[in-house]
Amino acid sequence: MTQSKEVSKVENREVQAQQPEPRRRDVWLRPPVDIWEDDKGITVKADLPGVSPERLDIEVDGNNLVIEGEVEVPMSEGMEALYADVNVTRFRRSFTLSSELETDNIDAQLKNGELTLRLPKKAELQPRKIEVKVAA
Amino acid sequence: MLDVISHIEQDLFSRFARMQEEMERFFAGVPEVAGIRSAAVGTYPAVNIAASPEQVDVFVFASGLDPEKLEVSLQQNLLTIAGERRAEVPEGAQVYRRERFNGSFRRVMTLPEDVDPDQVEANYKDGVLHVVVKRREESRPRKIEIH
Repeated sequence: MTQSKEVSKVENREVQAQQPEPRRRDVWLRPPVDIWEDDKGITVKADLPGVSPERLDIEVDGNNLVIEGEVEVPMSEGMEALYADVNVTRFRRSFTLSSELETDNIDAQLKNGELTLRLPKKAELQPRKIEVKVAA
Repeated sequence: MLDVISHIEQDLFSRFARMQEEMERFFAGVPEVAGIRSAAVGTYPAVNIAASPEQVDVFVFASGLDPEKLEVSLQQNLLTIAGERRAEVPEGAQVYRRERFNGSFRRVMTLPEDVDPDQVEANYKDGVLHVVVKRREESRPRKIEIH
């Protein structure tokens, strides 16, 4: 079942004069992506195995696109790891977008751990075919 | 002029030799224990294996698979997982990145000896293939009653 995901926009936060939070040293996996562009926009496909729609977070902050997901696999009592290729449980990847993309209309679909993002180009910036009229 | 060329070549060679030396020193400390069937680090797809007294769980991280084309087979304690993963890009599009795996894969792993090949279950969810193999009854730790 393919599920649509809402893309959240990060609003401008007010800078507060407070004690800054200590930075956590996060380690994450970089998911492999395929990215291509056609006349209508840009498509990003990312492999996020183990990430369910509830654990997927896609944000657009200014012109920065951030994809984050948490891996969850069914664990049972008394389980011990014997071998692990995957020993980090978080995916993260970000891209800077350009202004001709419509960040309000990003479409995100997650199916079987495969994320498909469609970033449409603003309508007026899509290449338009110019009709050549033949003079009578 | 020949002088200059030979000098450059020597420089490059010695730099590579030094790099190789450093790498050998780095890896020398790690004991090389590789299962004869083991896959190189980074082989697609990534696999995690966990065990509990009752069962062995194998997690294969492979997004976008067609479960119909997946082959999971267990012979004694040798588990083979093979399949195909299509990651195609439309014709005529301008491609910027092509990092995802596209093609056939096969991974073979040796599980603990007491797994029961008649008790295997597999399901595929959110891009993870989860294979559960129960361990043989006789070898499971039994609680000894003290009277």
